Amino acid sequence: MHEKTLAELSQALQNKTLSSVELTQHYLKRIEQLDGSLNSYITVTAESALEQAAAADARIAAGNAGPLTGIPLAHKDLFCTQGQRTSCGSKMLDNFISPYESTVTQRFLDAGAVSLGKTNLDEFAMGSSTESSFYGPTRNPWDTDRVPGGSSGGSAAAVAGRLCVAATGTDTGGSIRQPAGFTALTGLKPTYGRVSRWGMVAYASSLDQGGPMARTAEDCALMLQVMAGFDAKDSTSVEQPVPDYSASLSDSLKGLRIGLPKEYFAAGLDAATSDAISAAVKQFQALGAEVREISLPNAELAIPAYYVIAPAEASSNLSRFDGVRFGYRCDHPADLTDLYKRSRAEGFGAEVKRRIMVGTYALSAGYYDAYYLKAQKIRRLIKNDFMAAYEQVDVILCPTSPTPAFKIGEKIDDPVSLYLTDIYTITANLAGVPGIALPAGFANGLPLGMQLLGPYFSEARLLNIAHQYQQVTDWHQRAPAGY
Amino acid sequence: MQWEIVIGLEIHAQLTTASKIFSGSATTFGAEPNTQASLVDLGMPGTLPVLNAQAVRNAVKFGLAIDAEIGMTNVFARKNYFYPDLPKGYQTSQMDHPIVGKGYLDITLEDGTVKRVGVTRAHLEEDAGKSLHEDFHGMSGIDLNRAGTPLLEIVSEPDMRSAKEAVAYAKTIHSLVRYLGICDGNMAEGSLRCDCNVSVRPKGQTEFGTRCEIKNVNSFRFIEKAINTEVQRQIELIEDGGKVVQETRLYDPNKDETRSMRSKEEANDYRYFPCPDLLPVVLEPSFIEEVRGELPELPQQKRERFESQFGLSTYDASVLSASRELADYFEQVQQTCGDAKLAANWVMGELSSLLNKEGLEIEQSPVSAAQLGGMILRIKDNTISGKIAKMVFEALAAGEGDSADEIIEAKGLKQVTDSGAIEAMLDEVLAANAAQVEQYRASDEAKRGKMFGFFVGQAMKASKGKANPQQVNDLLRKKLEG
Repeated sequence: MHEKTLAELSQALQNKTLSSVELTQHYLKRIEQLDGSLNSYITVTAESALEQAAAADARIAAGNAGPLTGIPLAHKDLFCTQGQRTSCGSKMLDNFISPYESTVTQRFLDAGAVSLGKTNLDEFAMGSSTESSFYGPTRNPWDTDRVPGGSSGGSAAAVAGRLCVAATGTDTGGSIRQPAGFTALTGLKPTYGRVSRWGMVAYASSLDQGGPMARTAEDCALMLQVMAGFDAKDSTSVEQPVPDYSASLSDSLKGLRIGLPKEYFAAGLDAATSDAISAAVKQFQALGAEVREISLPNAELAIPAYYVIAPAEASSNLSRFDGVRFGYRCDHPADLTDLYKRSRAEGFGAEVKRRIMVGTYALSAGYYDAYYLKAQKIRRLIKNDFMAAYEQVDVILCPTSPTPAFKIGEKIDDPVSLYLTDIYTITANLAGVPGIALPAGFANGLPLGMQLLGPYFSEARLLNIAHQYQQVTDWHQRAPAGY
Repeated sequence: MQWEIVIGLEIHAQLTTASKIFSGSATTFGAEPNTQASLVDLGMPGTLPVLNAQAVRNAVKFGLAIDAEIGMTNVFARKNYFYPDLPKGYQTSQMDHPIVGKGYLDITLEDGTVKRVGVTRAHLEEDAGKSLHEDFHGMSGIDLNRAGTPLLEIVSEPDMRSAKEAVAYAKTIHSLVRYLGICDGNMAEGSLRCDCNVSVRPKGQTEFGTRCEIKNVNSFRFIEKAINTEVQRQIELIEDGGKVVQETRLYDPNKDETRSMRSKEEANDYRYFPCPDLLPVVLEPSFIEEVRGELPELPQQKRERFESQFGLSTYDASVLSASRELADYFEQVQQTCGDAKLAANWVMGELSSLLNKEGLEIEQSPVSAAQLGGMILRIKDNTISGKIAKMVFEALAAGEGDSADEIIEAKGLKQVTDSGAIEAMLDEVLAANAAQVEQYRASDEAKRGKMFGFFVGQAMKASKGKANPQQVNDLLRKKLEG
């Protein structure tokens, strides 16, 4: 049953050819058998999953089920789940049992979905490989010597390894799209403000956005339908009606204008990925789309701007982890300063500390204008680039990363080369626009990803385009050997 | 050398809102520790702030009352520093775009002169919690009930030139925020807290001297004492050849001294930046007008009206308008008796000293405005003299009767105005003091004037104060001359 998509399993549950308890047991068993090699889960909540499954079966029997009722999912361990450990992949929160439920996970509970557990991530979502987790690296099911991408690498590996039907992720600089590309999944980063951030532990508040990771665009549509919507508890949440994302999946692509940013097809892009996208362009043309070259002239400034803004916000967001009220506290602090210093020095990993240092520096008196303010100006320019581009085209097509999944350990000691893997994804976060990543081919057995970026609140259109592409291709149907 | 004192105040006023500035927790004072701290107030991972509209409304009220420009686009900023009672590791405040811009306040000094003090800005921010160092051996307790309580930080220009001016300004702010109903002004509970920036310079010098900030002075009396102590310290330091170092100091009322808390070099770099969890808050002109419509008559307007409508002096008018409750009391007395000057004298005189003595607020006055007004009516219609009125007032204060009339009746205090009765009484007094009468009649004009008072005193004593003083005077003079 794990070869089926969310949409197919939903049908099976509704038709009662399958029960949620059976399905949940099946996935729990797979996790037990296979996750030892992947390390995609930090916490497996078997007991509550089976209770939820039983409740879902009752709900289906009573006839008041929705499409997600009874579907076993996994949540990135950045979403607070009441009564369960919410670790953020950090030693700092290894002992943290959340006293409340995030809006996103609450919506899934309300929809009757089953949660199998919490997935691994780069510590506090800071990374592109899921190697910086306190709980060890997650491995890519397509090649377990390789990373699954990050920071939502646990969710990516769990969905790709068929250890859950679909999962939630969060995307601050590409953390949904890049791992989706590395594992042949479909992953959507919604418009900033589309999905509530209440209960989603903040990395960089102005960039963070939760979204779905699944096997197909159709599945992502079903997931987003649950996640999206205004939340009075999040002041940056946007009060905008949520369309029926499944309703427009079958719309024609005739007349669709696709732009290829020339800056993204220059030096540094892996040839196989470039070829895969060229092939995808032909597919889109065959589906009736027009493709033209466009320019995002300030794209090259995105990485430096991101690595000022995100660490600046992070340095402030992570100040609350001080050993006073929750989380890790050092042994026998001599005094208050010692409590702060050692709790934070011992509780945070290297990459988190690096970003706190960078961000603290960028916000310091005398440097603020040169770094933070300048980065904000670049952010404005990048946003303007997108607005100008969307006057010429409906969506932008580009790679999700310069290369396919790299080897574990290959880049971990070279932070800058690791930062560069986000070069194609970061701009969407800086501009706040939505993007969907989907598989575009394979090279040497490794998935190649591409992404479509659209204007604000164009999620329905992006899902429609991805779905139409998936009607004429089968990359998304391939499963990694042994899973 | 002649020194000039320069003072600016930063006043933190806790805004009276039912819930906190960024969370739904209650703001009641004195609850059990940490019972009014929500997930947001605790800084739980993943929680987010939502701005309280009432706090914005209160701040706008203040801005309109000091004739300030209102910041139509409000940006909240994070002020980053570590402290155990600061749960998030930053305080959400306003930096570049405060809700209240430049404004001013007119303060009345003791000699009745009015001085204008500039207000630089006022901004919204959240309060921190409290660290409790007593009761915990080798540890500190943290109470986060106060964390997230809305504050309006009101920053003055360095316009004050003496501790007394600073106190007058602080009292004016105190009165204003209570008039507006945006802060309860309870300084003992920390609802209004004051930081004093103090410097001195040789008289005539235009540049300011180096200032020190005295943190958290929590009573008007301490404001005056702390400033005077600090001024003295600075002058002595400079006169001894030293230099004032810019620093934050604390005032110790027990020792009546200020001591260094941290120097400028030790000061935190707060790394202010716009809070990404709160979008800029844009106010509509219609909202401002709506709030303007809710403003009550303000202390200054009231003072001016008391002067023009009732002919009171500036000083009397400003004393009576200092609090809304006192002003309302006075106006009620005035309405009952129809005599503003008598009403003012009684409210500022007997009533004030009674309240002072008993340590009571005007709202707790044992003599109601209706009772006092009714009593003044009896002075005006000559039923009682001013002297008897004091007895009646004391009886009212002691609860010996419901009204002045009842007390006058029961105690037989009604003034004697029957000239026959007064004459008979005077005859008895003169007969009993025959020697003095002889002496009086033998004296010259100047000496007689002095002796006349003696006979008046004897006569009033004999009548137990009830004889009409004017009649006693007239008849006595006639009899002595005759």
